[in-house]
Amino acid sequence: MSILIDRNTRVMTQGITGKTGQFHTRMCKEYANGKHCYVAGVTPKKGGQSFEGIPIFETVREARDRTGASVSVIYVPPPYAAAAIDEAVDAGLDLVICITEGIPVRDMIRTRYRMRGKKTTLIGPNCPGVITPDEIKIGIMPGHIHKSGPVGVVSRSGTLTYEAVGQLMEQGLGQSTCVGIGGDPVNGMKHVDVLKLFNDDPRTEAVVMVGEIGGTNEEEAARWVKANMRKPVVGFIAGVTAPPGKRMGHAGAIISGGTGAAAEKLAVMEECGIKVTRNPAEMGKLLKSVLR
Amino acid sequence: MKIHEYQGKEILRKYGVATPRGYPCFSVEEAVEAAQKLGGRAWVVKAQIHAGGRGKGGGVKIATSLAEVKRHAEAILGMQLKTHQTGPGGQKVRRLLVEEGADIRKELYLGMVVDRGTQRVVLMASSEGGVDIEAVAAQSPERIHRVTIDPVEGLIDRDAEEVARRIGIPQRALPQARDLLKGLYRAFDETDASLAEINPLIVTGDERVLALDAKMNFDDSALFRHPEIVALRDLDEEDPAEIEASRFDLSYISLDGDIGCLVNGAGLAMATMDIIKLYGGNPANFLDVGGGASTEKVTEAFKIMLKNPQLKAILVNIFGGIMRCDVIAEGVVAAARQVSLQVPLVVRLEGTNVEQGKKILAESGLPIITGANMADAAQKVVAAARAR
Repeated sequence: MSILIDRNTRVMTQGITGKTGQFHTRMCKEYANGKHCYVAGVTPKKGGQSFEGIPIFETVREARDRTGASVSVIYVPPPYAAAAIDEAVDAGLDLVICITEGIPVRDMIRTRYRMRGKKTTLIGPNCPGVITPDEIKIGIMPGHIHKSGPVGVVSRSGTLTYEAVGQLMEQGLGQSTCVGIGGDPVNGMKHVDVLKLFNDDPRTEAVVMVGEIGGTNEEEAARWVKANMRKPVVGFIAGVTAPPGKRMGHAGAIISGGTGAAAEKLAVMEECGIKVTRNPAEMGKLLKSVLR
Repeated sequence: MKIHEYQGKEILRKYGVATPRGYPCFSVEEAVEAAQKLGGRAWVVKAQIHAGGRGKGGGVKIATSLAEVKRHAEAILGMQLKTHQTGPGGQKVRRLLVEEGADIRKELYLGMVVDRGTQRVVLMASSEGGVDIEAVAAQSPERIHRVTIDPVEGLIDRDAEEVARRIGIPQRALPQARDLLKGLYRAFDETDASLAEINPLIVTGDERVLALDAKMNFDDSALFRHPEIVALRDLDEEDPAEIEASRFDLSYISLDGDIGCLVNGAGLAMATMDIIKLYGGNPANFLDVGGGASTEKVTEAFKIMLKNPQLKAILVNIFGGIMRCDVIAEGVVAAARQVSLQVPLVVRLEGTNVEQGKKILAESGLPIITGANMADAAQKVVAAARAR
């Protein structure tokens, strides 16, 4: 078992003819069961063509109808990416993973508003994607650093997630699913939403939660953990040394109006029973220490 | 992106937000001329820098004669204005705003931001204006009224009037306040702002509402569709190192320590700063080279870090994913040679093609210190910086 995606997931790539879309679709297709998982691409005005054996369609709806794909991954450039999410939502897909970085916040506010009451789940934007090791990878993470196992990983960052995975591997620990929820201020799934899925996933025995400065996402997740989580959670928050008012690379990584500082987040997480470390080199060891 | 108060007021006026009349000035002569053009008997001479807290720092003065306008303009133009937002060195004042004096009966607060929880724009309004709103939020949160704005309907009349009433705007000024609030939202929405703040909004003796100050920030991701906003950028207000970095698509932020960091990915870059601090060092910067760090990018990143006279050592921390460690190693070696590096360099590589990467570093003949993992690398760079 895993969360969100597995070997039976059927995926379409939106923006499959762009350089990024091509590169990562190829890498994902080569990973584990990818050959069977990647069944369609979408690029307007390029319908009828194909990319390395993957048929390209004009619209998401057509790609869904013709191939049965219920998940999409988006590499569309920022000015058009929110509209690409809208199209996937309107086509009734189950899951949309948006990798694109730099989508205007105003576009995401409108897209999230349109999503109210719809069945589609959104991950991202500005995220590395999701991987269920040895089954399927949807996104830009390096597949080979992962292996299948009992630990769930959820994070707002890309390479810091790989760092966490690398440390788990050093401890001999594989992962059930790793979810990068992205570094934007207005996005889809939050830490808490992913934790809920891990809680109900029989394969996941413990979770690494990696957060960063900005917003109150991690605090909300921590409170939910205290009340509901049946599995151990360990955490790290990046940005203890970040100055207030400065955006640290990610659009959402900013301490503003007195909220979003790492110290507060760590304090709330500890209060809620999450074991935290202030040393980013010790995420793997800490997780190992809570596993039975 | 940030802009000046006078630029913010120009934008807001287009959306029907009333402000005092005034002119931006770049010299003392212009300031006196501006006061003459404005007429009246009282003027305000305001330093234009991007940081807040200008009044407390001595950057805002009232004048009741042209001679006094001249004196204040002379004193403020060119001064190093220090506020709680500028850092200890202050910010040099290069522009002034000279405005007509206002008859202030009441000072109120208006702010607009994107609320992450509701994923909507939120209007915050308070009867406590002209003071630090964070202090009001901490001490008397009941005095801050919030309206969550529907992205399709916009700010509706009823909500605008209700909030205007709650912050104590008199009956007679309510229609004007309602239109001002709606204009503020339209300005925020149509310019892709990330922050709009009027502090204070005032009620005048004759019961009009006026924006006495204006602060607007914009979403960097949306600037591609706002050339008119980009044109307002004032590079004098930005850190030269950060401007230089942005030319090479590097995300760089200056900090006050002495250990430079070059990292791929924002989260890992923050974590690298954190671990340096944890082992007793002080990071000199945040630097994310992004997903595709070429030799050119790494070289430029080195050059930017080396411009910092405080710099005592550099830590390169790369988790290679799509970016291969051998490519990064080649970039680091080439960059170190090109800039003839004089400070200790600690490199930690992990991920794709890590062995080839390490080999390239080892065979380069350069005195590169390798870190086995993040903790080892951080400890080594802190020790190297201390030894200098």
